[in-house]
Amino acid sequence: MSQAHISLKNLRKTYGAAVAVENLDLDIEEGKFIAIMGPSGCGKSTMLRMLAGLEESSSGDILHQGRRINDLPIWEREMPMVWQSLALFPFLTVRENVEFGLRMNGVGAAERKHRAQVWLKKLGLGEYADRGINQLSGGQRQRVALARCLVTEPSVLLLDEPLSALDAHLSVQMQGELKRLQRELGITFIYVTHSHSEAFSMADTVVIMNKGRIEQAGSPEDIYLRPATPFVAEFLGGSSIFDCTIRPRKNGELVLESADGTFKTDALKTAGLAPGQHVSLVVRADQISITPAAGWADNEVPCRVIGEEFVGALVNLRLETGAGTQITVQLQQRDMQTLDIEVGVGVTASWHPEDGHIITE
Amino acid sequence: MRVSRTTRRLTLAFTGLALAFLYAPILTNFVFSLNSDRFPTIPLGGFTLEWYRLILADALVIDAFKNTVKIALIVAPIATAMGFAAAYADYRFNFIGKRLVLVFALMPPLIPLVVIGLAMLAYLSRIGLSGTLPAIVVSHIVLTSPFAMAIIRLRFSQIDGDLEFAAQNLGASNWRAFWEIIIPSTKTSVLAAFLLCMAVSFDEYAVTWFVGGLEETSSVRILSFLQSAVSPRINAIGSITFATSISLILGAQFLVLRRLTKDAK
Repeated sequence: MSQAHISLKNLRKTYGAAVAVENLDLDIEEGKFIAIMGPSGCGKSTMLRMLAGLEESSSGDILHQGRRINDLPIWEREMPMVWQSLALFPFLTVRENVEFGLRMNGVGAAERKHRAQVWLKKLGLGEYADRGINQLSGGQRQRVALARCLVTEPSVLLLDEPLSALDAHLSVQMQGELKRLQRELGITFIYVTHSHSEAFSMADTVVIMNKGRIEQAGSPEDIYLRPATPFVAEFLGGSSIFDCTIRPRKNGELVLESADGTFKTDALKTAGLAPGQHVSLVVRADQISITPAAGWADNEVPCRVIGEEFVGALVNLRLETGAGTQITVQLQQRDMQTLDIEVGVGVTASWHPEDGHIITE
Repeated sequence: MRVSRTTRRLTLAFTGLALAFLYAPILTNFVFSLNSDRFPTIPLGGFTLEWYRLILADALVIDAFKNTVKIALIVAPIATAMGFAAAYADYRFNFIGKRLVLVFALMPPLIPLVVIGLAMLAYLSRIGLSGTLPAIVVSHIVLTSPFAMAIIRLRFSQIDGDLEFAAQNLGASNWRAFWEIIIPSTKTSVLAAFLLCMAVSFDEYAVTWFVGGLEETSSVRILSFLQSAVSPRINAIGSITFATSISLILGAQFLVLRRLTKDAK
């Protein structure tokens, strides 16, 4: 196995009695786009700040190409960062901002100017080189922040929620550009965000954190299709989660028993699960259908419609079962009209036994 | 906001009165310093520079003025440096008891001058320093450094807390980042603080009078003049002192305001 570009080994950070990051283990491959995601306070930013050297780790190791860097000062880490606040130098021009890192590393004036110019051009800032930072738009500042880091030709770039200050339209555009840049340069991007769409649209690997721990690390597809913990399923949203107990039937078949009824699930056949075990059944919104009456399908739950949310041509329908479980169903808008659904009416939600993902506790 | 005509007129009148009460005595002072009559009475006598000539020929006045300048030039850099250090510590570091330290650091201007003067006298005479120029310098540093700190802190509060770390993140060492980021960001306010410290030191007389003994600054000299005799010379020396301090203060104001409006853009 090749050596990981960056490895976190048993990394831990505490503030007094409060634990910010709890025994983190993570290997990051060279040239990958890693998104670290989680709710605020989950430790994602603390982790990034430990990588950059802005926070000292309480214990554990940070390895950069196999070399332990925990005790290196910030300025020797060579991991430039795009800050949430951008942290551009307001008293310097765009060019001076971009040249800053080169100047700190002793690159001569002529080469500095040349390299800065190359990057300013690459990011479409060529004509703004001599402007002040205050004369730029939000998107342009974002690019200056990127150019300022990339001009130093790092092997890894840290990004701390860099798009959170941009409006939605600009943010989507920048996501595309970031992904393209990362592919072209082939350097490692470590991107901290709380936004699903940012993480899933750009990253090769998504790491989901909660309460200082990694809940799951995997490809976006993996995480989307096979959430490892109930937290991940809930955090990603759009899935319905049932607390179940595995029960055997007389014919030896295993079924899931929950407060909302008994469910058949194919996943039970393969997973090596034993009767009596408590598990969570996760069914994605696009796997659930609505039938006007019961008796049509295998897994049926009677529900009441409690809300609807229009997302383009799709509708997210929120349902509540008699036992109080919330179910989300995704429908085409025209189905809403055919089915004559409105808030308050009773419907039956159902899904196929082959759909549904089981999470063991 | 719409303001009725009456309100606007009342506001104007009030502001005018306030300014008149503030500046009329000073203006009168200046006018009488050029008046040839021995007593400040209306109608005015002829125009004269006699009083200015007299004080410039007075060795006591010249000595006091020299002391004043000497003290201000020593006090201002030290007080500014101390104020800067305190403001920077507040910006950069968090520590237990920080608020308490800040309160104590900003307190001296709020303590009655007589109290500070007496305390300073008691302490400085115990260490054998009272009645000397260093005693005045020390007292003035105590009085002026909180002003320097307040002005520089105001500037720090507008600086993005990540900037220095961003510089380090790009390869600048601790000192280098300080030099590249903190110095350029704060230099105007440091200059403003310097001018204000000079102005405060220039004007201060109460504590100076307590600890200075026979050493006099120009403000103490004015006081002595007043105690001995009423002379138009007081008007002249007062005008010079006022002109000096107001220039310093306006200079400081200008620097601070320019910074604020520049950032607001």
